[in-house]
Amino acid sequence: MKTDTIAAIATAVSDSGIGIIRISGEDAIVIVNNIFRNIKDEKSLFKYDSHTIHYGFIVDENETIVDEVMVSIMKAPRSYTTEDTVEINCHGGIFMMKKILDIVLKAGARVAEPGEFTKRAFLNGRIDLSKAEAVMDIIHAKNEFALQSSVKQLKGSVSDKIRNLREEILYEIAFIESALDDPEHISLDGYHDRLTVKVNHIINELDKLLSSADNGKILKEGIHTVIVGKPNAGKSSLLNLLIGEEKAIVTDIAGTTRDTLEEFISLDGIMLNVIDTAGIRNTEDIVEKIGVERARKISSNADLILYVVDSSIPLDENDEDIIRMVQDKKVIILLNKSDLNEVVSEESISNEINKILHNDSIYRIIKTSMKEDNGIETLTDAIKELFFHGEISYNDEVYITNMRHKEEIRSAKESMIQVCKSLEMDMPEDFYSIDLMSAYVSLGMIIGEEIGDDLVNEIFSKFCMGK
Amino acid sequence: MAEIREKVDVCVVGAGHAGCEAALACARLGLETVIFTVSVDSIALMPCNPNVGGTSKGHLVREIDALGGEMGKNIDKTFIQSKMLNKSKGPAVHSLRAQADKADYSRAMRKVLENQEHLTIKQAEVCELLSESYDSSSESDCIATKKVTGVKTFTGAVYECKAVILCTGTYLKARCLCGEAITYTGPNGLQAANHLTDSLINHGIEIQRFKTGTPARMDGNTIDYSKMEEQLGDEKVIPFSFSTNPDDVQIDQVSCWLTYTNEKTHEIIRANLDRSPIYAGIIEGTGPRYCPSIEDKVVKFADKERHQVFIEPEGIHTNEMYVGGMSSSLPEDVQLAMYRTVPGLEHCKIVRNAYAIEYDCINPRQLYPTLEFKDIKGLFSGGQFNGSSGYEEAAAQGLIAGMNAALTIFGKEPIILDRSQAYIGVLIDDLVTKENLEPYRMMTSRAEYRLLLRQDNADLRLRKIGYEAGLVPEEVYKATVYKKKLIDREIERLKNTIIGAAKDNQEFLLSHGSATLKTAASLAELMCRPELNYKVLSEIDSNREPLPEDVIEQVEIEIKYEGYIERQHRQVEQYKKMEKKRIPSDLDYNDVSSLRLEARQKLIAYKPVSVGQASRISGVSPADISVLLVYLEHYKSKS
Repeated sequence: MKTDTIAAIATAVSDSGIGIIRISGEDAIVIVNNIFRNIKDEKSLFKYDSHTIHYGFIVDENETIVDEVMVSIMKAPRSYTTEDTVEINCHGGIFMMKKILDIVLKAGARVAEPGEFTKRAFLNGRIDLSKAEAVMDIIHAKNEFALQSSVKQLKGSVSDKIRNLREEILYEIAFIESALDDPEHISLDGYHDRLTVKVNHIINELDKLLSSADNGKILKEGIHTVIVGKPNAGKSSLLNLLIGEEKAIVTDIAGTTRDTLEEFISLDGIMLNVIDTAGIRNTEDIVEKIGVERARKISSNADLILYVVDSSIPLDENDEDIIRMVQDKKVIILLNKSDLNEVVSEESISNEINKILHNDSIYRIIKTSMKEDNGIETLTDAIKELFFHGEISYNDEVYITNMRHKEEIRSAKESMIQVCKSLEMDMPEDFYSIDLMSAYVSLGMIIGEEIGDDLVNEIFSKFCMGK
Repeated sequence: MAEIREKVDVCVVGAGHAGCEAALACARLGLETVIFTVSVDSIALMPCNPNVGGTSKGHLVREIDALGGEMGKNIDKTFIQSKMLNKSKGPAVHSLRAQADKADYSRAMRKVLENQEHLTIKQAEVCELLSESYDSSSESDCIATKKVTGVKTFTGAVYECKAVILCTGTYLKARCLCGEAITYTGPNGLQAANHLTDSLINHGIEIQRFKTGTPARMDGNTIDYSKMEEQLGDEKVIPFSFSTNPDDVQIDQVSCWLTYTNEKTHEIIRANLDRSPIYAGIIEGTGPRYCPSIEDKVVKFADKERHQVFIEPEGIHTNEMYVGGMSSSLPEDVQLAMYRTVPGLEHCKIVRNAYAIEYDCINPRQLYPTLEFKDIKGLFSGGQFNGSSGYEEAAAQGLIAGMNAALTIFGKEPIILDRSQAYIGVLIDDLVTKENLEPYRMMTSRAEYRLLLRQDNADLRLRKIGYEAGLVPEEVYKATVYKKKLIDREIERLKNTIIGAAKDNQEFLLSHGSATLKTAASLAELMCRPELNYKVLSEIDSNREPLPEDVIEQVEIEIKYEGYIERQHRQVEQYKKMEKKRIPSDLDYNDVSSLRLEARQKLIAYKPVSVGQASRISGVSPADISVLLVYLEHYKSKS
């Protein structure tokens, strides 16, 4: 049963030493009490005074210790939201904070909406009424941002999958409902078995989505890093070196990578989401052309561009094209094939860029040889430096969005399991559609779709009814 | 010039299903009421299908009855066949439907109206709405700029009044189409009302145009029923009204008949589509998708080999038969050819042609959920005029409009049923909150809390509201209170009666194919098993007292579906929180700068009365609702 207790990561989602998970609402203390283990004394968290801090461990559902933490308790009304509030001070790092937030959610809290702590503080009279304007702006801005990141960061394949599942679910609801509304035209004979098969299939699909959510693969988490360059410059080799395995097919035929490849890489705790793209060149090959177009699109959303240049051949109009394409981005230029004759030097490429873009910027240029595994270390150092200087950063909202998505998938799955139970108990058909509808609503939240008249439209478009 | 000038309390324009309920409600609450109709012979006319009720509509009739309306009682007096639909499905979707003797239904309702104290029937076309400007600035929660003062008829008679209820149905600037033949008449060739629209437009009311249609009526003597499947009524008839004695409705019933269209029918239709006013683009109004014409069905579901056709009697004093499922606006010759392809109709003669009808109605977002116009104080409306379809939808709105007109005159709090209380609540909320692009029809799928909104418990849900408004007599209300007490007491007893694992009990369970007990269980727990029920359990329930059937029905449903019902109750709690947060109607959304533009425009157009209603307007996001909540808090402190 979902309560109206909310939780969120209160500190920046970065590799800082300490992170704070904040929980607020009627059940805040109950929820944390269920996942917190105190070693010194057996007292439950309820028994402590307000504004005290306690040492202990957070455990998961198998009682396995997840982290060593300090838990502070602020009882209503003496907290920011004026509700019972608990803060879990855990070890920093994205992984740990996500893990603990996840445990808190499983224990019964829900992810806070953007700006919800502030909203509650205001509605509960904690924030001066004169600040209403500011509070509304915060809520508005945070939601707009969350919406953008949610839609932008959701992988195309995932949103397609969710759309398909929703369509399947909606069809079933519409079928049941049209039979209920027009029993003389539409019969439900034999439907029980058909729906059982369908529901199991959907639960399966939701499970797959859930496990990919656990692996952070629903959203494009991490620093969005895109490898670009002309064909055969060594882009795929770079990806392989970074992940340490042969994922991308490397040949010396120019244009081998026709689509984009995507991998998650952790550079000493910094998450990179690296995308290898098709080489950019003017081409007549239709498949390759699509790949080139996609590369352009992906580059426009990148946080960091790794521009691979074959230094053994002269720059041409394709390089000019690439330079224009990435001019507003954070770029590291890799002069690859340093094992061969150098045609393009650090100086010559700098001059070339300044000439094309009419500026005098200085670029990060690293000489590499993918073939001989040279320069990769220099590259990772450069990326780390950019990160620690704050020149590239994570989008915090992405993590939270991923949590929200996961919660919705989980609740969609619960609804589908409920349909299963109703089927097993041989309940009348109208009971199925209640839970099917809940699942439909939950999945809709992920792709930001309202329900509106979906059902009525589906009924009328798919089933012929009425007198 | 001498003209008639009368002073009354309420004027009801139109005497269809909405108008009748509205007028009766006002008169019964003691207000001097006049009901206007273009023809006294068409009071409570059923110009389309000859039945009352059906899925979700049956629920509406039960609710009308529980609130003190007339429709349920009237159909109980005049039905000729009755059926409980969806009996094999869950209790929430059981729906009663009765075939009416149309003429009897109309006559019986007319008699009720005629015998109602404080009610006057007047045959006249209302042409003008009379009003004066109104200053609402001193009133909180009112944005009206005008106030209704009366109506004027075609002959110039003026009726001054405190409230007007518009129930004009399909009569406003009505136009009927049968192929190329177009007449400017209302349904059934009755006179249309061609003047009132202009007066409404002058009052700033937004008008739109809808259409609907009806099939042909056949001479029953020309139909060969041997080629059709007979459709019988239920053996045991259940009345619509909670006040009707079930013994009084066990009558001899007539049959309906089922037959089908075929490829031949569809061929004729396809070959003549260019002569259909809809496909030729002559019809401007939007029709209901729920009641598609046969041409629509053939075009949109081209792969369907046949469509059902129900042949239903129009009454017992006539041979006329209604051809359900084949409404059409094709020309007369095509109609005849098409109908004659249907088995059993080969030699049929058409008494009345099928036709489509177009009419003026309003965009209902101009109304409060009380069915009063936001901009014109004292002006209420109900029925097809509000963009709905169906007799039952109309009656439900008419009743609410009538009750609220009266309560407003008395200076009392009006009635707003919410989505968790009644189908009527869902119906009105949908009308005033959503974008309705076609005549609105009630459907069970529109009621998100439908497990709670059953036709069997409408009395338990709504009697109290009807009683408090003054439409339900005290003794009737007391009977409902007593029924509730019996239900609660019996549920309590079943939950507390523990059955042990004794041999007799185990044998009883085995004999009913039910698993034996490992530990003791309550009778309520046993009742949840699909193979057991209240009646069966009497064998091991020695302390049972005899109870009325309707009490047992409630006990059984409440226990068997407790888990699901509980869940809906919890959802309702969440829903009510937002419904309770009222939005002052003079709130200026342009002040709320953090609202997204789309949301702001929608909120200005709809002026929702509560945060809950705001959240159901399409284009208003949860974030906008958060912003609105914060603003309201701020606003409260300002005023």
